[in-house]
This record gives sequence, structure tokens and C-alpha cells, in this order.
Amino acid sequence: MGRISLEDLNRIREEARRRRELASNGKKAGITVHKGTCGIASGAEEVWRKLFELLKEKEEPEDAYRIMSTGCVGFCGMEPIITVDLPGGEPVRYRRVDPAKLGQILEKHVLGGEVQEDLVLDEETDPYFKGQKFVVLRNRGRIDPESIDDYIACDGYQGLYKALTRMEPEEIVEEILKSGIRGRGGAGFPTGMKWKFCMKAKGDTKFVLCNADEGDPGAYMDRSVLESDPHSVLEGMVIAAKAIGAGQGYIYCRAEYPIAVATLEKAIAAAREYGLLGDDIFGTGFSFNVDLYVGAGAFVCGEETALMASVEGRRGNPRPRPPFPANEGLWNKPTILNNVETLSNIPNILREGADWYHAIGHEKSRGTKVFALTGAVKNVGLVEVPMGTSLRDIVFNIGGGIPNKRKFKAVQMGGPSGGCLPEDQLDTPTDYEAITKAGAIMGSGGMIVMDDTTCMVDMARFFMEFCQEESCGKCTPCREGTKQILNILERITRGEGKPEDLDTLEELSRIIKDSALCGLGQTAPNPVLSTLRYFRHEYEAHINEKICPAHACVALVKFEVDTDKCTKCGLCYRACPVGAITWEKKQPAKIDKAVCVKCMSCIGACRFDAIS
Amino acid sequence: MSKELKITIDGCEMTAQEGRTILEVARENGVHIPTLCYHPRLRNAGSCRVCVVEVEGARALMPACATPVDRDGMVVNTRNERVLAARRMTVELLLASGNHDCPNCASNGHCELQDLAYELEIEHPRFPIQPPDLPFDNSNPMIVRDLNKCVLCGRCVRGCQEVQVNQVIQFGFRGPHTKIVTGGDTDYADSPCVFCGECVQLCPVGAISEKQRMPYGKAFEEKIVRSVCTYCGTGCVVDFHIINGRIVRVTGNEDAEVNRGSLCVKGRFGYDFIHHPDRLTMPLIREGDSFREASWDEALSLVAERLGRIKEEDGPEALAGFSSARCTNEENYLFMKFMRGTLGTQNVDHCARL
Repeated sequence: MGRISLEDLNRIREEARRRRELASNGKKAGITVHKGTCGIASGAEEVWRKLFELLKEKEEPEDAYRIMSTGCVGFCGMEPIITVDLPGGEPVRYRRVDPAKLGQILEKHVLGGEVQEDLVLDEETDPYFKGQKFVVLRNRGRIDPESIDDYIACDGYQGLYKALTRMEPEEIVEEILKSGIRGRGGAGFPTGMKWKFCMKAKGDTKFVLCNADEGDPGAYMDRSVLESDPHSVLEGMVIAAKAIGAGQGYIYCRAEYPIAVATLEKAIAAAREYGLLGDDIFGTGFSFNVDLYVGAGAFVCGEETALMASVEGRRGNPRPRPPFPANEGLWNKPTILNNVETLSNIPNILREGADWYHAIGHEKSRGTKVFALTGAVKNVGLVEVPMGTSLRDIVFNIGGGIPNKRKFKAVQMGGPSGGCLPEDQLDTPTDYEAITKAGAIMGSGGMIVMDDTTCMVDMARFFMEFCQEESCGKCTPCREGTKQILNILERITRGEGKPEDLDTLEELSRIIKDSALCGLGQTAPNPVLSTLRYFRHEYEAHINEKICPAHACVALVKFEVDTDKCTKCGLCYRACPVGAITWEKKQPAKIDKAVCVKCMSCIGACRFDAIS
Repeated sequence: MSKELKITIDGCEMTAQEGRTILEVARENGVHIPTLCYHPRLRNAGSCRVCVVEVEGARALMPACATPVDRDGMVVNTRNERVLAARRMTVELLLASGNHDCPNCASNGHCELQDLAYELEIEHPRFPIQPPDLPFDNSNPMIVRDLNKCVLCGRCVRGCQEVQVNQVIQFGFRGPHTKIVTGGDTDYADSPCVFCGECVQLCPVGAISEKQRMPYGKAFEEKIVRSVCTYCGTGCVVDFHIINGRIVRVTGNEDAEVNRGSLCVKGRFGYDFIHHPDRLTMPLIREGDSFREASWDEALSLVAERLGRIKEEDGPEALAGFSSARCTNEENYLFMKFMRGTLGTQNVDHCARL
């Protein structure tokens, strides 16, 4: 199919919508298996294969069903999830489906018409979905990411049509400015401002880059968008290109996201085929193309200047700014770089209007933000909330609180560059300024919840190890400074800390923040600074008393049973893999240190903090 | 023509061309900002962070070498406590990062790290010093490399890539494992290196140095004599570094228009003939089957007398002169004048035409 017009777009939309209908197409039911990476990791492929086997067994022709695979629905803790749709009814989601449960659902619901209430994941009533607002994730689980028609059926490319045919670049930029959207990659720079600088920069050749090098441990919202709704990112890129006058774009996607890479490749090919990428889009004379660039595993390539160096084929090292990429970016040409989530918001803003977008959110942070809620929380998954929602709401209402009767200790936000916020900061709204003030950063949206079994010194050590390994090694403060911070933290967790270490840590951290070359270095000490701010007593306990209050630092655990706390339950006895624990019913456990290999299994098993 | 801007550095107002770096403007106005990875012949990397300064309005400290003056009224502080604390920490971290053992280093006395430690009054880093565990590259007769002394300023990398465009030296690995590599992380001898020695000249510390120099004294004992390389007619300006009447190393003169500090393998490393026992140091006159030593006066008189006789007996066209590319342009010019003007022959040529 050649270049398409608005009539074609609307026709494709109507046809695709009709194709999705069940009754009029003679379909008995729609069955959707949600095969995002999280789904596949939980067994969605097995469920997918089993579905076809079962249909064959029951001699049900496949074409009597609308069978789809889509990206993630967002509730990772409940994967694999499937959706069953009967003609005339509302779609029903089922959680934690395995081949056996699939059999039950197929038999009873699909063929028998009886909803299997015990397996249902009810988005209307489940507290996980209450308080969420889906803008970026609006198509989650609804569309086949490999079908451009599906995206068009959900009003895809309408925003682009409006931008290309009815708006001047200045008007697009104005609309984005008015919406109040800020970069979702971490720094929160107003997207409209970035576009405006680049629009005004002189030059015939300009570039639009999409940062899909999501590398923060515990953050995966971009992966989910790319896997389930890739066209929203492409549409956002073409709109951005029109606004700044670019002819070429690149998506820099990390190689660790093979499904996202494959999905993007298909999406780009489909958009080219429809003429939504390429020459003379919608017959407006505007041309723009997108190519995919796959990273090579460096976290630092998420930094904009390093990313550009990498696309140019050079070592992915950042460079000093100015010049800023809006003036001199990729191949020294004016360039904008936006993150996946930011770009995915753009079509919605154009389609629904800046006022609509601006109405969502809080103070200077408008719209929604997707968080990857993980760690010690009951409901693990992607959470999209209007900005301003409090951390407490996210952790305790949407997230369902802390499992295993443990106590909340901290929430780590913003990945390795972020910080840890304690209980008394939980009423902080998710707003760029408020979170920064509290000592963390919004970052790309990683949100790791920690309970009282996490040692905050050890947590800081973990993130510092990550940062120093992922430092590009170019500037001294980041390369050498993070190494020295890690040395000190390692010493403290081994019980070899010295009282002056805390001052050295603070001084080093402050100077690295102040003098490192790029955002990675300037934020690398944040986990140390925020834990020193809120959990200084834990550092002091390690250094002065040589104890780890969370019993997590192996060198400081004595492996002794506190007979007052021990409830004589025997859980530690069962957990010990080397038989170092002796226990009899109604007797407290005893650890033979000569046999113990300090594997920490007993500490993990004990629910009463009786082993220290 | 770029705009003239008024800026303030350390409380003094000065005029600056828009786009010049803070470092350039400061140096032109006599304000000292220490540097390490900066080199006037190379593109600015802004990587060592020694030259950081406080620019009012900027969130973090900025590298003076890579930050352009871009607005009127820019206020820069180059040595307040915030700046000095950061500079000291950076140098302290570098001192702990390797085997910076001055008394035992060939660069003692012309080492920029040593100068920085002295200037910033750092006696001993408070951090544990990285044990020297990187291999010593002694693979060739020209360059020795001890990466345990490397500060990763990248000047050798930029020199090899930007100035010589040889692409042999690169940063390898990442983060704490970053190191300078030649070829695919092999030694100099096995890499495609042509031994121009640009890296040796640019290294601010003792990580890359001349092998021949090793036994002949310390850098601070050197007397520098400016000269011209005698290997070809390009006329590269060289600096001979002399200790006790002996040339211990040769560097390219950084101010020379001809070569701006660069040299080739011959000019930089091919000076061992100078002090070689077999070198001819006076004219030899052939007598029968052997040579005898003669004074310059005697030798020149003999040549003049013989040339005069040939010209007289067989005419100037019987003479021909052939000069060497190892002479300077000026010497070749004089030779041509001598052949044409004095001897009266057009038979003069030069080996570079062969």
C-alpha cells in the first residue's frame, strides 16, 4: 500500500475496528494472551502454545476465535494474564494463568459462558487499578503491537495527521509547551522548551532521537511501551520531527530488550509501508524516516551526549555541554533527544489537546507518570498515576503494602542516581520538585520498595557498585571517586568502618556531584547522600557497634539465636542447607558455627528477627 | 567577527571574544587556572576536571577548558573554596589511582600531576593507593609505557587520533577498568603504531616515555637547545634535551609553525648516532687505500683546489652537484647558489627528485 490520506486513515480505522468485532465476524470469542517480557518470563508462551493445543483437542477451529497476543497489561505480579471476550459481553481478565487454569477457562468460560470468578483479575474493583490513569499505557493489552491497523483502530496517527496538516511547527511547539509535559527520562526538562531551542537552531539537517536505552535497575516502563505500543513512539517522533524540521530519526534501543527491538523493527517497516514514515507523509511534502540503532550494553549510553557518540560509531562517552544538542547534537547538527515515555505522550497531547493534558497532574508536573513498582511490595507492576499522587498512595494502596508482615523501611526512587525516602517522607507527592527536595529524583520512574530486612548501607553499596562499573571512565571524579566511595562502603559493611569515614563519604559525594562531567557522575553519589540523610544511624551502628540492624551484612551477623525472640517454629532448621541448626519441637534453635557456611538462609527464613 | 563580551573573573572585569573558552580568556589576562587533560594542540575533552571553575548561575562546577564565554556579564570564580576543594579532591583521587612514585620516575620535574599536587598542597592522598598491577610495555626500542602511572587524561589518545590520525591509541574497557590500549589491547610493538612519539610528547606524567633516555638523568637537569631536524627538508623544529653535554631526548617544538610539536620516528628517536663511537667527527682524506684524518681547513682547501682545476681544464659543465634531503632548505639553497654562482654550472640536483 502506498502513501495514505486522512480518508485512508479513517477507513483503515473503521475496517480495523470492524475486524475486531466478534459477532459480526462470526467469532465465538476473543482470547488474548499478554506476551510482554514479564508475561513470557512467567510462562505466557506455554499458555499461548497450550491454547492452540486445547482448541485442536476440542476440535474448535482457530479461525472461529479472535486470538491475539499483545504486550504487558501492567500488573506484572499477576502474569501470565489472559483476556477472554465473549460477543456482547465485557472483556474478562484472568490472572496467573497456567496451562491447567487455561483449560478450565476455555472449558467453562469460553465454551460454557461461565466466568471463572476465582481466577478473575477485576480492573474495576482491584485496588491496584484504582487511582491509576492510563495515558501512556492506554493501549496496554488492547492492541497487537505488530499490527499497525490495531493502533490506527485506537485513534493512532490521528495526532500526527493534525500536526502535519493543520499546524505550523511553532503551533506544535506551543501546544507541547502549553501541555506542561516534562522529560520523562529523569531530569524533567520541559519538552516544549527543548523543541523550541532546536526549532530555532540554524541548520538544514536536524535529527530526532528516541532514547530507548532504559538501564536503571528496576525500571522497565519504556520496555513495556515499546513492546506493547511501538507506534505511539513512532508517531511522537514524527510529530517532533515536524516541529523542529528534522528529516531523520534514530531510536537507540538497548540490546537487552530483544522483544522491543523486534517489535520496533516491524513497526517501522509497517509505518513505512503505509507512508507514515518516509517521503511526503500524508501528501504534505513533509518527509521523515526512522532507523533503529541497537546499543551494546553500556548504561552510560542513556546519557544524551554519550548516546549520540554511540550512534556516530564512537565510544559511548559523554562530552561537556555546551554546546547543547539542540544546537550541536548528532554529527554536530541540531538534535532533540526524548525518552520513550515522553514521546509516547505526544500523540495523546496532539489528539486530545494541551488543555486536556495540562488538567492532569500537579503544580509544575503535568500529566501522568509511569512507575515500575518493585521490591518488597505486594503488587508488583507498572503503575501509571497522575503526577502528584503521593508515594504512600502508590506503595500502600496501589502496591498493597509490604508482604510477609514486614515493616516498610524506604522507597528507592530514580534508579542508581536516585535516593531512598523513609516512612516520614511518604506523603511527598510525585512531583519533580517535591521529590528532589525530599532527597531522591523522579528519574525514569523506578520505584523499589524496601522492608526492614534491607540494610541501607548495603543498598547504597549495591548502587555504588553499579555506578562505578557503569561509569564510562572519562572524568576523574566519577571514575576514581565512585571507586573510593565503594571501597569505604565495602569496608563499613565488613565491619571495618572508621568514624571519619562518614565525613569522607559526605565530602567525596558532594564534590563528585559538583564536578563530574555528566549526569551519571553528578547523580551517582545520591544513594549515599540520601541514606546518610535518613539512615545515618545504620551507618553508625555498622561503624561504632559493628552490627547490621537489618542483619543483612554477612560479616556482621553473628549467627546466634536470641532465645527470647525465638518462637521455636523450626523454620530456620528447615531452611539451613548444611545441617548447622539443631532444633526440636518446643525447643529454641541452635546454630553450630563450626558447620555454618554463613549463607544467610536462616536469617531469610526467620520471621521473628531471632537470629542476629 | 565574534562579539566582544564583558566578563568578570575573580572580581576583575575583562573583555572576551564570544566563544573563547574561560581558560583562554583567563590565561590571556594572567589568571592561572591549572589543567591536566587540556593541551592547546588538542580538542578539549573536559575530562580530568582539574580546571573546574564556578560560573555564577550554573548548577555544577564547569571545566574552564571546555566552557565558552557565551554571555555578557558572565561571572567566574577560579579559586574560591568550593573550586579549590573540588580541584584538591580530583588531584588526590588521581594520586591514589596509580603508582605515582616521584623519586623513582623519569618524569620527575616535568610532570603536570606533580606540579598540581605541589600547587594544591597535597602531601599524601587520604585514600588507599592502587597497587601497580598493570603490565609494563617494554616491547620496542623507542617507547616504554607504564600504565600504572597513567592518569587517563586521554592526551595520547587525542594526539594519535586527531593530530597524527593514526587511530592506534584508544580508551579500552570501562569505568574503574578503563585503560589506554594500543591496537586491540596489545603492546606497542604488535600494534599498527608507527612510533611517531606524539603520545610520548603529550603525556603529562611518566606513563609514556622515551626508552633511550632512561639512564641519563632527570628531567629537571635538562638544558633545552632549539634546533632543526636533519633527517629531511621539512625542517621540523626540535628541542634537544641535554644533560652533561649529551642529548638525552628530542621533542618537537610546540611553537614551531612547521611541525607544531609533531615529529616522525626518525626525528624523535633516531638520535643515537650523535653519541655513537663510530660517528665521523672530522674530515677524512683518502691516501692510497686508506683514509687519514684531516683538519677542516685542509679538507676544504683540497676540495676547492680540485674543483677549481676541473673548472679551469674542462669548463664548469664538467661539474655536477647533488645535494641531500637531510640538509635544511637554507643549506640546499646555499648549495644551489654555490653551484650556479660560484662554479657556474647548471648541473645541480637533489636526492628528493630521485
